[in-house]
Amino acid sequence: MTAAANSGAKMTATPITRVLGVSALAATALMAVLGLVVSPPDVIQGEAVRMLYIHVPSIWIAYGGFALTSISSILFLRRSRRRPDQGRHYDRLAGSAAEVGVVFTAITLITGMLWGKVTWGTYWQWDARLTTTVLLFVTYLGYLALRRLPAEPTVRSRRAAVMALISFINVPIVHYSVDWWRTLHQKASLSVGRRPEITGEMYWTLLYSMLAVTILATWLIIHRYRVIRLEELRDEEGLEALIASRLNKAVGSH
Amino acid sequence: MLAEALLVARKDLRVERRAKIALGQVAPLALLILMVFAFALDANSSLLERGAGGLYWLAVLYGGTLLIQRSFDVETDDGNMDALRMSGIGSTSLFLGKASALFVQITVLELILGPGIVLLYNVRVVDWVLLFAAATAGTVAFSVCGVLWGVMSAGLRVRATLLPLLLVPVLAPVLLAGSRAFETALGVRTGAGWTWAGLMFVIAAVHTAVGLGAFGFLLEEG
Amino acid sequence: MSAVVEFERVVSIAGSFPVLTGLDLRVEQGEILLVRGENGAGKTSLLRACAGLISVNSGNASVLGFDMRADRRAPRRYIGLLGHENNLYRDLRVSEHVEFRAASVGAKASDTAAALEQVGFPQQLWTVPIISLSAGQRRKVAIASLLVGRPQLWLLDEPHAALDTESRKNLDAILKDASASGATIIFVSHENPTTKDIASRVVTMDGGRIMEDSGAG
Repeated sequence: MTAAANSGAKMTATPITRVLGVSALAATALMAVLGLVVSPPDVIQGEAVRMLYIHVPSIWIAYGGFALTSISSILFLRRSRRRPDQGRHYDRLAGSAAEVGVVFTAITLITGMLWGKVTWGTYWQWDARLTTTVLLFVTYLGYLALRRLPAEPTVRSRRAAVMALISFINVPIVHYSVDWWRTLHQKASLSVGRRPEITGEMYWTLLYSMLAVTILATWLIIHRYRVIRLEELRDEEGLEALIASRLNKAVGSH
Repeated sequence: MLAEALLVARKDLRVERRAKIALGQVAPLALLILMVFAFALDANSSLLERGAGGLYWLAVLYGGTLLIQRSFDVETDDGNMDALRMSGIGSTSLFLGKASALFVQITVLELILGPGIVLLYNVRVVDWVLLFAAATAGTVAFSVCGVLWGVMSAGLRVRATLLPLLLVPVLAPVLLAGSRAFETALGVRTGAGWTWAGLMFVIAAVHTAVGLGAFGFLLEEG
Repeated sequence: MSAVVEFERVVSIAGSFPVLTGLDLRVEQGEILLVRGENGAGKTSLLRACAGLISVNSGNASVLGFDMRADRRAPRRYIGLLGHENNLYRDLRVSEHVEFRAASVGAKASDTAAALEQVGFPQQLWTVPIISLSAGQRRKVAIASLLVGRPQLWLLDEPHAALDTESRKNLDAILKDASASGATIIFVSHENPTTKDIASRVVTMDGGRIMEDSGAG
């Protein structure tokens, strides 16, 4: 971060993240090979099971990202209670993690629907997980909308942090209510297809995919963090120039 | 603290008594929504009867959102928020006061919508206690979430679109639970009604606790 | 005499715009300070910084003995702020509104009548909804709403705006009265040279700083 901030050429890459980026690329390529070629088709689901290697890591990143957003938001609120100008790095982390979380939630939904079409014969089932994920997606879209509103930076960050907290507390509530909704009354609708038994090569491929996607997401979050930081720096530089010009104008006119 | 909360609540209700927005505009509109639902479902009486609980809560959501927005428009109008910040009223009192006033107004709305579904959708109440318990818990959840999201979107140019976008995902479990609990209370679905009402009380309690803790953060500018 | 407002090199930033750019100001108890300046000179921001409504980003600031960088909410209940807007609940009736403002700062509801009389608000209009009042009458209700709280520091933004000559004189009398009994008054005006009469000191702002001070040195 400091390297990016200090270097004259405003870039978001540093040697470490370059390595991380290349690793992410290589890891994703290997993940494609493992997932598409090496791992065998499922006995029941056939080739469709390969969706698993994107779908499951995506939801893991989505939840992980949102958890990171919440933790950062709590830390931000604790820090900024004492000094309003403090804890901004937590706010940036919260924002970048939420952005990546939303992207991976979208990937989860798309792969989930495609998978559903192949195995259940329909894109959309009022399945508990699918419904919860959609609500989660919309909630964090709202969070990002709140972050983009023009407002005093500290006010905006405080609002966003409170919203992140409420949203995360709401996740289990949504999950359980939707879960009950689909199980308390209509047990039948849930028995769509058998969850594939994950063993052997499939198990290792899945585990590896989780790792690869985690590297990719970490790389994305770091870069998003730096871009947000650069945007703030740009505003601050403009601010200093503005103070100077206001002063000069005031002194000059008297 | 409670005296201050009461002061704020009484002020809000007095504003409503003078302006009659809730009673004169929001309630008739919500009733109209109940009628439009019947058009959408082709006045199929069995379908309306079975869906009455859910349609009721949708109408409450619609009317409630308008009431929440109105509650904060009153404060941002003519810079009243500044005067509230300058007064000695604490953020906890302000939260409780605004939420209580909203609770009363949404309750009035529901007292109009309740007979509305009985008359229009031809439903019969079989469990009054469950009905009132679920309605109370749901209204508390609406009120406290309303104050939280209301203050967040207060005074913003985009408040009319932002408020529902933030509110609906958070209230989705309340709508779900409220619909199920009402279906049991109205006798169109057996069992589990109290489980849902219980869930609604938990949600109301969680959001009240969060609101009490977080409201202070949302009040200051700059 | 002690300083009611003490600002040293205060910088205040609203959004990404510096509204105060290193402002120095010391106001003693009992002063009636007139702040003048062009549009956008930072007059309103100065009042809001004194009220603790905008944060001080750098420099030292204390108001009524409270450090504004530590807790800018602390002095608020001793301050009466009247901005461009009147801070009125337009749907309420006049007396209901002033009673609420009185109760919200811990004053007695019975002070309402005295305050409304003092600003010269006709009694037959006390039960009228604020929305049906004229601009000048609303301003009077707003001033009465401040008066009930007996603030130690008055922060007024164009308080004479919309008032007729008679009412202006009346307002000046109220302010002099408050100052004589120990309150401090800072008011902003850019239009009216006659408002200078009641001021014990005049400062001129430009570019977010004080540029001229009649009481300096």
